[in-house]
Amino acid sequence: MIRRFLCFLWLVLLLPLAACATAPKVHEYRLDNGLKVVVKEDHRAPVAVSQVWYKVGSSYEHDGITGISHMLEHMMFKGTEKHGPGEFSRIIAELGGRENAFTGTDYTAYFETLEKSRLPVAFELEADRMRHLKLDEKEFAKEKQVVLEERRMRTDDQPRAKTYEHFMAVAFTNGPYRNPVIGWPADIEALTVADLRQWYRQWYAPNNATLVVVGDVDPERILTWAKKWFGPLEPSEIPPLKPRTEVEQRGERRLTVKVPAKLPYLLMGYKVPVLASLPEDRQWEAYALTVLAGVLDGGESARLATHLVRGRQIAAAAGAGYDLYDRLPTLFLFNGTPAQGHDLDELEQALRQEVKRLQEEPVSAGELERVKTQVTAEAVYERDSMFYQAMQIGLLETNGLGWRRLDEYVDRIQQITAAQVQEVARKYLTADHLTVARLQPLPIKAGQRPPAPAGLGGNHVR
Amino acid sequence: MSVKACFALFVGLVLAFDVWAGPKIQSWRTENGVKVYYVHTPELPLVDVQVVFAAGSAWDGDRFGLAHLTSALLDTGAGRWDADAIAQRLENVGAQLSTGVSRDSAWLDLRSLTAADKLDVALETAAEILAHPRFARADFERERKRLLLALKQREESPGQLAAMRFYQMIYGDHPYAHPSEGEIDTVKAMRRQDLEDFHRRYYVARNALVVVVGAVSRTEADRIARRLTDALPQGEPAAPIPPVPAPQHARTERKPFPSAQTHIYTGMPVIRRGDPDYYALYVGNHILGGGGFTSRIVKEVREKRGLSYSAYSYFVPLKEKGPFVAGLQTRNDAAESALEVLRRTIDRYLAEGPTETELEAAKKNITGGFVLRYDSNAKLADYVAMIGFYGLPLDYLDRFPREVARVDRTAVVEAFRRHLDPDRFQTVLVGGGAVSRGDGEKQ
Repeated sequence: MIRRFLCFLWLVLLLPLAACATAPKVHEYRLDNGLKVVVKEDHRAPVAVSQVWYKVGSSYEHDGITGISHMLEHMMFKGTEKHGPGEFSRIIAELGGRENAFTGTDYTAYFETLEKSRLPVAFELEADRMRHLKLDEKEFAKEKQVVLEERRMRTDDQPRAKTYEHFMAVAFTNGPYRNPVIGWPADIEALTVADLRQWYRQWYAPNNATLVVVGDVDPERILTWAKKWFGPLEPSEIPPLKPRTEVEQRGERRLTVKVPAKLPYLLMGYKVPVLASLPEDRQWEAYALTVLAGVLDGGESARLATHLVRGRQIAAAAGAGYDLYDRLPTLFLFNGTPAQGHDLDELEQALRQEVKRLQEEPVSAGELERVKTQVTAEAVYERDSMFYQAMQIGLLETNGLGWRRLDEYVDRIQQITAAQVQEVARKYLTADHLTVARLQPLPIKAGQRPPAPAGLGGNHVR
Repeated sequence: MSVKACFALFVGLVLAFDVWAGPKIQSWRTENGVKVYYVHTPELPLVDVQVVFAAGSAWDGDRFGLAHLTSALLDTGAGRWDADAIAQRLENVGAQLSTGVSRDSAWLDLRSLTAADKLDVALETAAEILAHPRFARADFERERKRLLLALKQREESPGQLAAMRFYQMIYGDHPYAHPSEGEIDTVKAMRRQDLEDFHRRYYVARNALVVVVGAVSRTEADRIARRLTDALPQGEPAAPIPPVPAPQHARTERKPFPSAQTHIYTGMPVIRRGDPDYYALYVGNHILGGGGFTSRIVKEVREKRGLSYSAYSYFVPLKEKGPFVAGLQTRNDAAESALEVLRRTIDRYLAEGPTETELEAAKKNITGGFVLRYDSNAKLADYVAMIGFYGLPLDYLDRFPREVARVDRTAVVEAFRRHLDPDRFQTVLVGGGAVSRGDGEKQ
């Protein structure tokens, strides 16, 4: 949930991340107070991206306070003892910079893009709000309304987003990915400044953060600036996270979501491991699942587009996705819309047949080669965006994997064999670990008003 | 190219950036008459190529969606290759190809590695797609059905319904009025032959330009441009788009919809690309509703009152007058008061103009951060395509911050008064709060 116009949630969820084989050198430091600093040089333009990543997101939350990480993200722009509400944005704007922030299941991150010599200002402001946030009662009351509007816009009035929210809540029983990043409406409404203060104190500390800088910079100078501004901040005692390991799923789960909509929609998710959850000798599985996602949905030549959208024309759209860098075991996702004259049953059957085929026969040498070529090319293309490079570093550091994993990515993908792809398909894409959600459209009647809010916990405020 | 519209906010140190001059755009014509725009960016072994035609939805005629569908069919079959073969050829070499349209233009974007064996395959495929698309019956039927479903899905969204209605209200019978994707009835009535005719008329050398940005030499860029367009017939440039008549009087429409939020748009057609007033309007709007959290609309609607998640205003300069749009979305019971705040904020700005402090802050932001708008190869290619398509000066990327720095308070006040007239604003509300007030204001 980015504070403003973008949504990284789906990006992170559905796009396999790729890194660069011949990436320029990365410099890593750690300050005495525990702040990790990672710098990557990119001298194409006289600008730099600075991102501060905190190890906290919706998967760190518990029932009753869901959405608190995202809410705190909003409040981080509402002033410190030194700088009043809105000052952060005003100062960065005056310097010609861009600033914003985003919250995901496993992280909260704040960023500035600036002319390179202006970076100290970003450091000063970020350091200030890392430990000296004001959390004003009045500002909070208004911002809560803004977040509720954000929720209405992103989820409540979006049939597919709503389906996804319900789907995750059914797919996970006790694992924290069951809660939406933005939070459940009743939880958002019931949050207090005291809740936020506690959350802030607990997680916003130098020893729970990574500062990532990518751009036309000198790493030693970045270190000097980082020491100057972040160095004096006190670390916190970060409590170890409770495991909350998802209980094993014992059989297929199905749900129907009925909302006013024009088209039906299907979501399917198989429980799968991630890099961080696999022992060293099984980590190839995460890369094999990534290749599998590429075979199914790596462009117009991939199987879903070729077989279901064009060939049999059962789907108007169909996709598959997996993110090996998630912090906790995740879902291998399928989604789709039936083509005209076809229904959700046929689409689901067709997707299951694709899974079955992956289990029964190895992918062809040509397909495998194509996926690998795409991964290699994307590793070059991704270097075109400083912001994305910084995001990858921040994400891997925050999820406990370390940025060095990026350097391995292309090689590890290249090593995957057809037999390994088949093996993970057999091992993980099994019906007993599957959840299926169907969006069943209710009619949208012209001129119809929405139903009245249904008591407490509804989506409507006062 | 609305895609390439900018919400950008930026700025800073004019001095620091003067040292770093903008990228040098070179331009020439191929023997075939195609204009080429080229920037050398040697840092990464990739190249972004765009072929742009004056073939956007403004040339749909009464077949709304024709430009869009033509563009969507291009890579589903060309020459001796079907869609599968095309996809495999491109993806075997790691190339990425996409096509699209806006109201003004249609484009093909190609991103490739510069290694000769890979780039050659990508170019050969793209050239065939542009010159010899098959428009096979089966592909046509399939893509039309998919488009129809997308158009149906559009009706799930109060925001999209409001945006569509807004354009119809401000443009009336003008070709900018209908959405580029078309409408269900017109797409249903579309024939394969319409696409072939459209392609034959508009995908021609004299209606095209090629943008090459990447790690290739000028000679190589020229070869790329020729390779992509040599098979195109000479043809004729597209006919001009008719001028846009201004709406005669203000109107407000309220369309109930079963959603938790009501989406609001207000504005009118205003400005052509290349109009010298654009700099003053751009700077002025940055203060009004284009500068993100520092802009007046965001402060009034979101920061002071918590009424909306996103609230904004922007200008979209097009070949002919593109719109000024102000908008927001809010909970149903706040719709009328939010609209009132939006209107008051605009009215007050028109009456008083910006303060000197606001103006200085906006200018610093825009000029100082201008380089951030093209700090990647992909963004630079988009900018160069915009400059080429609208015939802006080749030094536009240097000129823009200079012109912005020159804008003063009087220029902003006068440009806003000259171009914006709230008595002609068209306003639409779609959502659960869009209740007719029974005072005859509806329609």
